[in-house]
Amino acid sequence: MSSIRYTQDHEYIRIDGDTGTVGISDYAQQQLGDVVFVELPESGKKIGQGEQAAVVESVKAASEVYAPVAGEVIEVNGALEGEPGKVNADPAGDGWFFKIRIGDAKQLDTLMDENAYAEFLKSLG
Amino acid sequence: MLNNQGRPTQPANNNEASSRRRETFTGNRGLQQEEGLIFEFGRAEVSGVDIDEPAQFKPRLGKFERKTPLGLPGLSEPEAVRHYVRLSQKNYSIDAGLYPLGSCTMKHNPRLNEKMARLPGFSDVHPLQPQSTVQGAIELIDELEKWLLELTGMSAVAMSPKAGAHGEACGMMAIKAAHEARGEGKSRHIVIVPDSAHGTNPATAALIGYTVRAVPARADGTVSAQAVREALGPDVAAIMLTNPNTCGLFEKEIVEIAKAVHEAGAYFYCDGANFNAIMGKVRPGDLGIDAMHINLHKTFSTPHGGGGPGAGPVVLSQALAPYAPLPVLGVDKTTLPGKSFTCLIEQEPELAGTARKPFGRMTAFHGQMGMYVRALSYMLSHGADGLKQASEDAVLNANYVRARLSDIMSLPFGDKPCMHEVLFDDKWLKDTGVTTLDFAKAMIDEGYHPMTMYFPLVVHGAMLIEPTESESLASLELFIMTLRDLAFGVLRGETERFTQAPRLAPRRRLDETAAARNPILRWTKPEAISVAAE
Amino acid sequence: MRYLPLTPDDRSLMLSRIGAANIDELFADIPRDKFMRALPDLPRRKSEAEVERLLSRMAAKNTPASSVPFFVGAGAYKHHVPASVDHLIQRSEFLTSYTPYQPEITQGTLQMLFEFQTQVANLTGMEVANASMYDGSTGCHEAVLMAHRITRRKKAVLSGGLHPHYADVVRTISHMASDEVVSMPADVTAAEDIIAQIDKDTSCVVVQSPDFFGNLRDLAPIAEKCHAKGALLIAVFTEAVSLGLVEPPGAMGADIVVGEGQSIGNGLNFGGPYVGLFATRQKYVRQMPGRLAGQTQDADGKRGFVLTLSTREQHIRREKATSNICTNSGLCALAFSIHMTLLGESGLRKLARVNHANAAQLADMLSAAGVAVLNDAFFNEFTIRVKGSAQQLVEKLASQGILAGVPVSRLLPRAGLDDLLIVASTEVNTDEDRATLVEALR
Repeated sequence: MSSIRYTQDHEYIRIDGDTGTVGISDYAQQQLGDVVFVELPESGKKIGQGEQAAVVESVKAASEVYAPVAGEVIEVNGALEGEPGKVNADPAGDGWFFKIRIGDAKQLDTLMDENAYAEFLKSLG
Repeated sequence: MLNNQGRPTQPANNNEASSRRRETFTGNRGLQQEEGLIFEFGRAEVSGVDIDEPAQFKPRLGKFERKTPLGLPGLSEPEAVRHYVRLSQKNYSIDAGLYPLGSCTMKHNPRLNEKMARLPGFSDVHPLQPQSTVQGAIELIDELEKWLLELTGMSAVAMSPKAGAHGEACGMMAIKAAHEARGEGKSRHIVIVPDSAHGTNPATAALIGYTVRAVPARADGTVSAQAVREALGPDVAAIMLTNPNTCGLFEKEIVEIAKAVHEAGAYFYCDGANFNAIMGKVRPGDLGIDAMHINLHKTFSTPHGGGGPGAGPVVLSQALAPYAPLPVLGVDKTTLPGKSFTCLIEQEPELAGTARKPFGRMTAFHGQMGMYVRALSYMLSHGADGLKQASEDAVLNANYVRARLSDIMSLPFGDKPCMHEVLFDDKWLKDTGVTTLDFAKAMIDEGYHPMTMYFPLVVHGAMLIEPTESESLASLELFIMTLRDLAFGVLRGETERFTQAPRLAPRRRLDETAAARNPILRWTKPEAISVAAE
Repeated sequence: MRYLPLTPDDRSLMLSRIGAANIDELFADIPRDKFMRALPDLPRRKSEAEVERLLSRMAAKNTPASSVPFFVGAGAYKHHVPASVDHLIQRSEFLTSYTPYQPEITQGTLQMLFEFQTQVANLTGMEVANASMYDGSTGCHEAVLMAHRITRRKKAVLSGGLHPHYADVVRTISHMASDEVVSMPADVTAAEDIIAQIDKDTSCVVVQSPDFFGNLRDLAPIAEKCHAKGALLIAVFTEAVSLGLVEPPGAMGADIVVGEGQSIGNGLNFGGPYVGLFATRQKYVRQMPGRLAGQTQDADGKRGFVLTLSTREQHIRREKATSNICTNSGLCALAFSIHMTLLGESGLRKLARVNHANAAQLADMLSAAGVAVLNDAFFNEFTIRVKGSAQQLVEKLASQGILAGVPVSRLLPRAGLDDLLIVASTEVNTDEDRATLVEALR
């Protein structure tokens, strides 16, 4: 049974057992505009919650992507290298960034569920 | 993580059915002539320079003779002149029109400066020929130093930095050297930078190993001494503050800020990009500043040349003066027996026994001599009275634009005097379907270069206008009337005039997204059709 | 004042429309006790004629390279620049435009930069080049920083043949950033074993060819060892004309090539402004500093050019940028590009051959006169051993109207090489110049 959680920095993590798939939200891709480059972490890298894991670049902006929870990177979406536009076209699907083995499931409780994130976006106006 | 500046970078789908219609056979439009790349029409065997083959000689290249093809097409002189003249005609320039790029200072570039820089005594001397044969060049540097010190009220100047950002690095390295001399080089690792700063400031701090601590500006667009005090501590090496700041405002608590910085054992770096607003009105040295670079290409009219070369001498306070990098001016009493002359000291051993402890070297040789000549020519022309008048006129012109547009465009910090540039935001464009970018592009169709846009980042949809002192009242009026007409056009809902702009420039909006996703950074020979089809 | 169009009447009218009683009301935020009441203690305005007289007098105290037998090189070179180059760079649209941030009305500069980038890449034998750096020396330290980013290591090894000023610039920045630098001792005859210095912590090796002393260096074995150890080879040159005749660093395995472009299109200018050339492999392009022009299309489908990959740069990336560089050396790059276009490859080859012939001939004449020439393979510059102090000799010859070269001790005062002189001979030297020099050194 998979579920999805969001950070205040607009990353999502789709949870599937002890693995999480991380990407940026649809709102985030809209704000960034056309994504032209994605710098992904190395597979096998251990990262802490809130640490920089990737960089996403549009023409005029570069933004860091932080790990929603701590864990080890087990797979990265190499397809983004040639087709960064997938992040715009399908952020929740083909546009995922990397998969992480979740180190501490309790950290998921610090994140927002879909409803809470929708409320959060409303508060941004 | 979001760092969106709201600027579309891909042209909207063009809805004019006629857009791909062939207007003319050549693609030219009257005086606007299309021009190919030299790689497309130049030929390897053609040359615009006549050189005779050398007579027989014994080569000394060893095994290093070039076997790799060069791939450099040549053009005869008439072809080359035509190529570059045609390219030039696709550029906007300050010579052709008002160029209101805020923070960039596009003022008139006097041609006397160009003539002076080309005197063989300046342009045709080598940086390493004996100093006894370049006494006039050294005299010129000495004279320029005197002007810079007098105008800024500082103790010393490091001449060699090649541009503003290079000057920043120079000033920050002098600061680091001073902390090292006190044994605090490691413990002081933070540099305070307001979030309205030029991007070069945090980049410079990071370059030499500092961590940036940001301080926000207040609602009025300036930095408060209180906020700086709260950010200070024993780990802080320096503050980097632009004054007048990037919002076009004078930092009115600057004296208090300097005092707080010094009390905390840190130094005050001032980004002098906007010194052109205050020449002859106030001296940075009197405000407590320790280091400030001066963009000779902004304040002192050396031409921008399509992106450089610049020059960024750094003035230093007494505390930092000893650390100025090599070369420094001095007196040579030993080279020519019985004669003493002004010289450039190029090596540290020559400074043994003096208080000078240069932190190193910024560049090969002595810096941007060609820019020094132009800057001094400008200073001599203006004189003390003219420079002060130039500052006043720059500020007057900016305020005139503000006063004549404030009823229709929105000012983020209220309707109050600005310095040499006036900052508008995009509140007034809200819900019109026109963005700052669209508005800027429509200015192109009206024959103007757009203002600086989306900078500073702290103001949404920023439009930063710097008319400079070079504009006459009539020129300013026409510019203002044009912006008013455009603004009314926005409010009347003439959206296409903006979203489709520019329509009359040599090119329409360019696809920056495609350029970044699939970078083509050089010409390559197109594959033959038969190969491509396979 | 001739550069200020506003009249006193204009100024009062404008102030009244602004609603200010006087100009100083607009400066009200300046603390009153710091406000300058009097003019700075500097001379008043001058006419064009007066300025011209003053500056011409200063210029007349200098000895221009063209006026004497001239053999000074060591990082900057006297070449003939065609008249059309200086004419074209003074076109208003090139001279007085800004960085091409609005591509629709700066296609001239952008296309020129695209052509320049291609010329530099081809000349150096590399895949991509940027739109120029301030000069060769600052480009050199930027290359070291770039290598550190790519390798995530922090140790640079500098060859003893690297121009001493370039080495000083690298050491200065590295010291500030707490990066390690290993500097090999001055290497007059290209005998150093730099390969032995490369280990698992080495980020990059910096080797110049032709080097400071004029030697041509074999980069291939150094590149091979670098790559085996995961380090990068940075190749440096200060004489761009050499690449018309000498195998380029790209063909010998260099990962980053930086050089001084002054030799082509740009005058000596007492050291600046010059133009830094910077090229690398395609795979490293996102770690490259400086501006880049790229090809794209406009809304009508026409080819055009823009500045691209700017997320590397300071104005977007701020403290995470690849460099703090903002300005490049646009107009000097234009001069380089125009001169290169005028030469074309046939002209560049001939120019390079004439340079090499002149230097080789001078070396032969000096050897025949009993002067020791220390180099084996060189391009248009070499090192000789003189009797006594080279510095004093140069001063003496200068007083006789000969600018004979650069004493090594001027740049390396502590190396114990006081009797070495670096001599360059370019296409501007005549047979008579060479005979005069040889006679003076005999």
